[in-house]
Amino acid sequence: MEFFRIKKDIPFMRHALVFNVISAITFILAVFFLATRGLHLGVEFTGGMVMELRFAHAVDLDKMRLTLTRIGLPDATVQTFGTSESALVRLPARQDLSGSELSEKVFSALKQDDPAAERLRVEFVGSQVGKELVDNGALALMLVSALIVLYLWLRFEWKFGVAAIIANLHDVVIILGFFAFFQWEFSLPVLAAVLAVLGYSVNESVVVFDRIRENFRKLRKATVPQIINNAITRTMSRTIITHGCTQLMVTSILLFGGDTLFYFALALTIGILFGIYSSVLVASPIVMWLGVSREDLVKPEKPKQEAVV
Amino acid sequence: MNRYPLWLNILIAVLLLGGLLFALPNFFGESPAVQVSSAKPTLKVDEAVLRSAEDALKKSNIAYDEAFLEPTGIKIRFKDTDTQLKAKDVLQRDLGESYVVALNLLSNSPRWLAALGAKPMYLGLDLRGGVHFLLQVDMKGAVTKYLDSTGAGIRTTLRGEEEARSSGISREGSTVVIRFREAANRDKAQQIIERAYPDVQFVREERGGEYLMVGSLKPDAQKRIQEFAIQQNLTTLRNRVNELGVAEPIVQQAGADRIVVQLPGVQDTARAKEILGRTATLEVRMVDEEHRDLQSLQSALAGQVPFGDELLYEREGQPLLLKKQVVLTGDSIADAQPGFDNQTGEPAVHITLDGKGARIFQQVTRENVGKRMAMVLIEKGKAEVVTAPVIRQEIGGGRVQISGRMTTTEARDVALLLRAGALAAPMDIVEERTVGPSLGADNIRKGFHAVWVGFSLIAAFMIVYYVVFGVVSVLSLAINLLLLVALLSMLQATLTLPGIAAIALTLGMAIDANVLINERIREELRNGTTPQAAIKEGYSRAWATILDSNITSLCAGVALFLLGSGPVRGFAVVHCLGILTSMFSAVAVSRSIVNLVFGARRKLEGLPIGNVDWHKRMAKPA
Repeated sequence: MEFFRIKKDIPFMRHALVFNVISAITFILAVFFLATRGLHLGVEFTGGMVMELRFAHAVDLDKMRLTLTRIGLPDATVQTFGTSESALVRLPARQDLSGSELSEKVFSALKQDDPAAERLRVEFVGSQVGKELVDNGALALMLVSALIVLYLWLRFEWKFGVAAIIANLHDVVIILGFFAFFQWEFSLPVLAAVLAVLGYSVNESVVVFDRIRENFRKLRKATVPQIINNAITRTMSRTIITHGCTQLMVTSILLFGGDTLFYFALALTIGILFGIYSSVLVASPIVMWLGVSREDLVKPEKPKQEAVV
Repeated sequence: MNRYPLWLNILIAVLLLGGLLFALPNFFGESPAVQVSSAKPTLKVDEAVLRSAEDALKKSNIAYDEAFLEPTGIKIRFKDTDTQLKAKDVLQRDLGESYVVALNLLSNSPRWLAALGAKPMYLGLDLRGGVHFLLQVDMKGAVTKYLDSTGAGIRTTLRGEEEARSSGISREGSTVVIRFREAANRDKAQQIIERAYPDVQFVREERGGEYLMVGSLKPDAQKRIQEFAIQQNLTTLRNRVNELGVAEPIVQQAGADRIVVQLPGVQDTARAKEILGRTATLEVRMVDEEHRDLQSLQSALAGQVPFGDELLYEREGQPLLLKKQVVLTGDSIADAQPGFDNQTGEPAVHITLDGKGARIFQQVTRENVGKRMAMVLIEKGKAEVVTAPVIRQEIGGGRVQISGRMTTTEARDVALLLRAGALAAPMDIVEERTVGPSLGADNIRKGFHAVWVGFSLIAAFMIVYYVVFGVVSVLSLAINLLLLVALLSMLQATLTLPGIAAIALTLGMAIDANVLINERIREELRNGTTPQAAIKEGYSRAWATILDSNITSLCAGVALFLLGSGPVRGFAVVHCLGILTSMFSAVAVSRSIVNLVFGARRKLEGLPIGNVDWHKRMAKPA
């Protein structure tokens, strides 16, 4: 079986401007939603408590809310989680009560209403710890970006490093934009997914860049756009198949991995879809506009070339 | 010709065999067990305890599969959880409170595997259920406590000195302020105090006609005190956790001022919190010398305790009648260190009391030479006599030595108990995570279900699309999974739910290397290269790309590991390890399989890698 039998190179670079305008619009939209709606951060980041409870019968959310208001916690949010018998209670961190006191208070009150209530999971994070996690998350993002630029600079040229990181950071912003728009909960696993996407979609750019470099050596007479078009066309088959396979796995997590991993898989899905687009169709034009040339990659004093894809 | 040298094939085979060996324990499952360990540092669990445990079970007709001694304690394996619960109660009753009897799960893998060090993966709390606490140690509190006792000490030091008379000593914030009426008094006092308290930096000040010495802790002393506070809190917490009867508790420092406590399998969080947060106290009391005789003791044991006395037990179990009146409490103990007696060379514990404690102690010892004094540790509402030495002479200066009838180990333990009785600094729970066991089991089931479905889908697609080379790719992907599981088991890295997600994601991403190779081989074939050369070129050209793309992924993984916490770190570990194993299996292992299948065939017409139609391409190259 073979999906791709492309005889001629597809003139991607002719439409480079269109691709970049599309991605610029998505990017601006994402930034807009991030700015206006903000991320719905999980308790790990904001500080507070989450309790997952299971009951013998369908949950009566209104009654739970009433009970929590009665014991002086009107700011609790209650929702069903997964099944109709499970409920999730969220509370912001408080000054007067420690996390453990808070969770005991909530659980004992709910247990009075329904003795069959079972506490499946409790998470409490102090607001200080939450702030540190936000800082560390941002730091991790910067560290990953810096390492990737550095590696691509050493392995290729600074123009490739810059292009790859622009293209891929824009994926990250778009994922965050989705989470802001739909107000999906941004938790620690989602942060892990975002960083994994950053590493993963850079792969994509690297594969294309490798081809571009190889083409500069092999196709001596071709122009820069021709070289890039050829590189993208030749790697397209691999791009689609690889991402298809990864997406098969991610979809499987999305469907079967349970509620905890749902948003993790969702972030990966968005990351993979936009990752293909941006790392191929955004990174390459940026390299072109940054003025990449044969001399950047093919050093005349080193005639013996290494084999690259 | 595509052949790996023999040594390389053997190396790969050995690695695969090793991988299989270490991954094996994960397939055997676990059975319920009971673990018996010592509740006190001085008490060792040995063959004798093992025998009495076995006897206790036999007496109660409880069948067990296996009982053996390990460095961490005795482990006894049972058929089902009902027997396990029954056995726990029987053992706790028969062995007494000196031993901790905890429920545990033991791997069913055969002994020879365990002897090789092959263990199943270590599951995180979100998979096995349990409680996780992150405690913040109040470092300011530790310093304040130290300064308070320093202030009291200075007061005692200056009391005897007429020329260095002070008009008041107090702690203000994180400083100790000593007031003097005369500048001359201050000069004299400064000489004495600076020598006696090298940890404190003093600055002179004049305020409202008074002459002041303002002392603050030197930075290195502050650091030392804070480290000490953490260490002491760790020790105290470990002692308390022991009593909860948790099979494999984790109590460790996290960062400069935090402590992580993980209690797998614990459900009763309220009790866990109460025990962790409890403050133990130490009391110094006098032994009732009038009722030391055997007769009084026997009647006391029978329930007739003399008025004003209390019947307590020494650590060895001997009863002792103590006066109820408390001479000193543990708050007065500034430090306790193991050491040796200056004169006899016997092991001893050196205790330093604060100023107030020293004064009281001096008075009491002066009045009670020749009598016995008892150190009582009160924890979990139960008092125990740590030691009851005879007072030989009046003891002043707040430096107390306890010696006699002690080994060096005992001296160390007593010092630890005296120090660890109370927390050095207050602690707050800043993070808490509780996962019920049913949710944990659910997480495992869902996680592995997702991996399995995803893997099957990828396998089906690869085989349809790349035919024989697809089979090779799937094989190498399966080997990747095997090696990853083996590596995780070997390193005993904690597997969390995000960790399982990382396994899935790693497999999904690892296929990239195989796709790159297969596509490259197809391309070489299209360009008219012979099959053998296409294999060779395909692998060697794809390698550089595989390396590049994996290194960028590794960058992300390492950053996540360095900056992530808890579940994210679990994700990062698996992610990084998975990238390494996937590079090995996708390149070396799959090449070696391809070599074995096609390498020796001299006349190879084409490769079964899906439709390439390279004949047409040869006539008209693109």
